[in-house]
Amino acid sequence: MAENIEEKVTKIVAEQFEVPAEKVTLNSLFMDDLKADSLSVVELVLAIEEAFGLEIPDEHAEKIKTVGDVVNYVKARVQ
Amino acid sequence: MPRRVAVTGVGLVTPIGVGTEETWQALLRGQSGIGSITHFDASRYTTRFAGEVKGFEPTRWMSARDAKSSMSDPFIQYAVAAGAMAMDDAGLVIDGELAERAGCFVGSGMGGVATIEATHRALLAKGPRHAFSPFFVPQIAINLAAGQLSIRFGAKGPCYSQVSACSSGAHAIGDAFRVIQRGEADVMICGGSEAVVTPLGVGGFGAMRALSTRNDAPASACRPFDLDRDGFVLAEGAGILVLEDLEHAKRRGARIHAECKGYAANADAHHITAPAAEGEGAQRCMRAALADARLDGVQIDYINAHGTSTKMNDVTETLAIKKVFGEYARKLMVSSTKSMTGHLIGAAGGVEAAFCALAVARGQVPPTINYTTPDPECDLDYVPNTAREANLRNTLTNSFGFGGTNACLIFGRPEP
Repeated sequence: MAENIEEKVTKIVAEQFEVPAEKVTLNSLFMDDLKADSLSVVELVLAIEEAFGLEIPDEHAEKIKTVGDVVNYVKARVQ
Repeated sequence: MPRRVAVTGVGLVTPIGVGTEETWQALLRGQSGIGSITHFDASRYTTRFAGEVKGFEPTRWMSARDAKSSMSDPFIQYAVAAGAMAMDDAGLVIDGELAERAGCFVGSGMGGVATIEATHRALLAKGPRHAFSPFFVPQIAINLAAGQLSIRFGAKGPCYSQVSACSSGAHAIGDAFRVIQRGEADVMICGGSEAVVTPLGVGGFGAMRALSTRNDAPASACRPFDLDRDGFVLAEGAGILVLEDLEHAKRRGARIHAECKGYAANADAHHITAPAAEGEGAQRCMRAALADARLDGVQIDYINAHGTSTKMNDVTETLAIKKVFGEYARKLMVSSTKSMTGHLIGAAGGVEAAFCALAVARGQVPPTINYTTPDPECDLDYVPNTAREANLRNTLTNSFGFGGTNACLIFGRPEP
């Protein structure tokens, strides 16, 4: 399950920001490394919500800066 | 003396071509861009055809990511594409001191209607939490066409949008002309963009009984000044010009298509959709534009008419032209390029200003197609069906919008 989450998140991030999946690592910062702007990050959060059937409150979403942050957050919420 | 203003760039996205040259050649061939609606299922609508832009690939002008997010509405995509074409045509790079001396005015009648519709559908289906993209507002706000162009080209001067229904594009160009005349900017990227071939657009204009319903023959539905005309044909696209201080253009050795010589804007103060009797507002507007250009009527050779193909407009516009130009009206060439492009609403003024500039530059006059049965009340030379070669000194373009708003622009050969 854990591995699945990481793969799934990586895939969504790669699609959303149109970067090759191999460039997406757990440490990738959305805005600095993947050249996303603040609105694109909001869009990513919506895509994650949809993919995992979650509702991510804004105060949690604000703390999500990297791919790893998403993976950890999703793991904590779905397990 | 106000400064003189040159047209140094033209960019067009229209139902008859994605690109200036493609559009111009189609105009000269007398090609219709009107066909069955493909953007949505229009089978239950009274009018089932329109002038759609065909073969438009947004990624030629923007990244795939931007085309899906920050520039996803077609009215923004068309403006960005036409703006990029116009800047390329002008051979202009905005940098250094020019940045603060360059601006963007791009008008639109209605903005991101397709995005509003899609988002509202999602809102009803999924509820507020999941319906909205964070890019929703910057798709629907009309000034974002101008905003995107200013960001792309680094134009740090005035940047906003004129909103005046079917005359938005003409007002944007006219205001840009004034900004350069007054010396507040040296370069303006200006024109109009529209993309309302959508359920609300087609349904809404249909409800006004303004649209042609000639569903069995879409390509001949738009027949301005013809006795059998039955309404306008909704269309989409963008027409963007680069206007430039004439001396600035000369100094950098730019190719000058035409000079923008005159502009006027006024109102009928009469009715929300019907023109004033005898086109009184249109008459005043044409006269004011001639005065602004310091030209006499006899110095105009060609008028690109508003020519919507509605019963009312074409008779009234004809009468207004006759009142303004007197006997000389018979010698004028008057054509409606909407016969080929359809009516691009807020983009129409931009597209038709571009056509006037190109007509001057090339000595060619686009025709009015689908002209078969003369209307006794429309008795001017409408350049029926076949383009002409003609040495044009000056041209005038009319744009009239709902709300009784009018705009006239004059483009001519830059005399020394």
